Amino acid sequence: MKLAYGEVNDGMAVESKSVSGRIFDCFNILFLILLLVVTLYPFVYVLFASFSLPARFLKHDFVILLKPLGFQLETYRLVFRNAMIVRGFFNSVFYVVAGCAISMFLTFLGAYALSRTGYYFKRFFTFAILFTMYFGGGLIPVFLWVQQLGLLDTIWAILLPNAISTYNMIVLRTAFASVPKSLEESVKIDGGNDFVILFRIMIPLCIPTIAVVGLFYAVGRWNEWFNAVIYLRTRLLYPMQLILREILITGTADYIAQNASMGVGDELTAARELIKYAAIIITTVPILIVYPFIQKYFVKGMMLGAIKE
Amino acid sequence: MHKIRDKASYIKTDIIKNKYIYIMLLPVLCYYVIFCYIPIYGAQIAFKDFSPGLGIWGSPWAGLKHFWSFFTGPYFYRTLRNTLLISIYSILFSFPAPILLALLLNEVKNKAFRRIIQTVSYMPHFISMVVICGLIREFTSDQGLINVIIQAFGGEAKSMLMYPKYFRSIYIISEIWQGIGWGAIIYMASLTGIDPNLYDAAYVDGANRFMRILHITIPGISSTIIIMFILRIGSIMSVGFEKIILLYNTNIYDTADVISSYVYRSGLLDRRYSYSAAVGLFNSVVNFLFVFSANSICRKVNETSLW
Repeated sequence: MKLAYGEVNDGMAVESKSVSGRIFDCFNILFLILLLVVTLYPFVYVLFASFSLPARFLKHDFVILLKPLGFQLETYRLVFRNAMIVRGFFNSVFYVVAGCAISMFLTFLGAYALSRTGYYFKRFFTFAILFTMYFGGGLIPVFLWVQQLGLLDTIWAILLPNAISTYNMIVLRTAFASVPKSLEESVKIDGGNDFVILFRIMIPLCIPTIAVVGLFYAVGRWNEWFNAVIYLRTRLLYPMQLILREILITGTADYIAQNASMGVGDELTAARELIKYAAIIITTVPILIVYPFIQKYFVKGMMLGAIKE
Repeated sequence: MHKIRDKASYIKTDIIKNKYIYIMLLPVLCYYVIFCYIPIYGAQIAFKDFSPGLGIWGSPWAGLKHFWSFFTGPYFYRTLRNTLLISIYSILFSFPAPILLALLLNEVKNKAFRRIIQTVSYMPHFISMVVICGLIREFTSDQGLINVIIQAFGGEAKSMLMYPKYFRSIYIISEIWQGIGWGAIIYMASLTGIDPNLYDAAYVDGANRFMRILHITIPGISSTIIIMFILRIGSIMSVGFEKIILLYNTNIYDTADVISSYVYRSGLLDRRYSYSAAVGLFNSVVNFLFVFSANSICRKVNETSLW
């Protein structure tokens, strides 16, 4: 008998009637609920805080937020009215879409080629590609080389240097390799070449895995910030994460709050916090919206990646 | 001579026969050559004195002087110590956490409840590092959530990221928070591979819950634990810089500055390219040796390696 992922493996689930077993169950469930709260509460807190009134938020000192303190959308309005933030948001959308297109195209080709057998350089190329997972030139040589290529401060510096994730390519290769041989034989008999096999057979048959890989790329692109820090100088090209970094870490929120005259003194301090929270929510919401739909595929993707050669 | 010519003609036939595969590989290989292998070759800058006008290839050779200046300088000890300490604490505390979670989840009978816990627990894995570090900074600030809680229990509020002594705890605790659910996936999968008959047999023999966990569940996933442990040890020298540079400040360099963050700072902020490339190369080589050995050990131990 083979169990599906996530099923309890405890034999026939014999009920333990012993007292110690029950006490254990109670503590176990309490502990897991605690974990649930600890994981979720930071986000809930940020969400509630972002809607709260600065003046009331200021006075909530010894109380942990259980609901928004009052209600306002001024913080969100300020965030959305800030041209830099809006620009960053749409830049990120562009980087996700264009980046995924480039990455998926290259990953399809590489995964297909690596899933084939019987060509002379397969072992060599497989080794050469896998080797890069263990050893790289390092931050500085990559940076200097990208600079020397003239990509600095262009969108290509964001899109190209990390276009392929070897891990994702291996995940997809494993899926392609498990497609029955007989299907491709029929294409070959009809005179179709490898491109036909890839686009007519492999891709339609491996949609779930492709979804996983695509989402890995998309989430990675959306969350990426470091390459933008080192490669971009022009603020108009900044992705959302970089704008968010400025707001959270270098105090651009001060500027936004002051300009909008959201109170003075302590109230301004509070408003500044709330603007940070609103920005966090706006950056995280796209991921939280897609998350429930895709999380089961992520598990599958992770398992595929762990399958040995 | 004959052999070589035979081989050449064999390769030629092979390329013609599999031309579409090679055409497909071409852009992929271009990517790996341009963005992986040329930078590896470009690591030679660590043995040169980089000058912007001459570029990587034209700059004059400088021998091992950048390596010596790192090894004999004050940063070597500090960054190496911080890297190793953060890794060791991470192995001690972050590594067992997902195993514990998987074992506890396996004892939950209610399917829906288990599903909810799992789904929520791996959510932080997908939240961006900027957001997570932003949250950590907010919550540990003197008016932040954590200090509000500490004050409620009569403690004293302080801006925790200003004190070197708190940094490692903050780093490790948030790491557990980020990774516990995602890390548990592999153990949950491994748990499904245990033969359910074993549990029934043990039950018939009078083994209680704890004995079953101890004698069936844990041995059942021990091979996975061992592999993950060896691989984790293998990456002991690699502490990522993203989280570090988003969290640290000059007050806490003493405990927070690791090799990778030092490479970033000295290279990209202070523009000491060759020197920081040397530091980075030292780290990559040591890292590679560790990971490579870990993988070989895995192969031997279990006939199973992740790749």
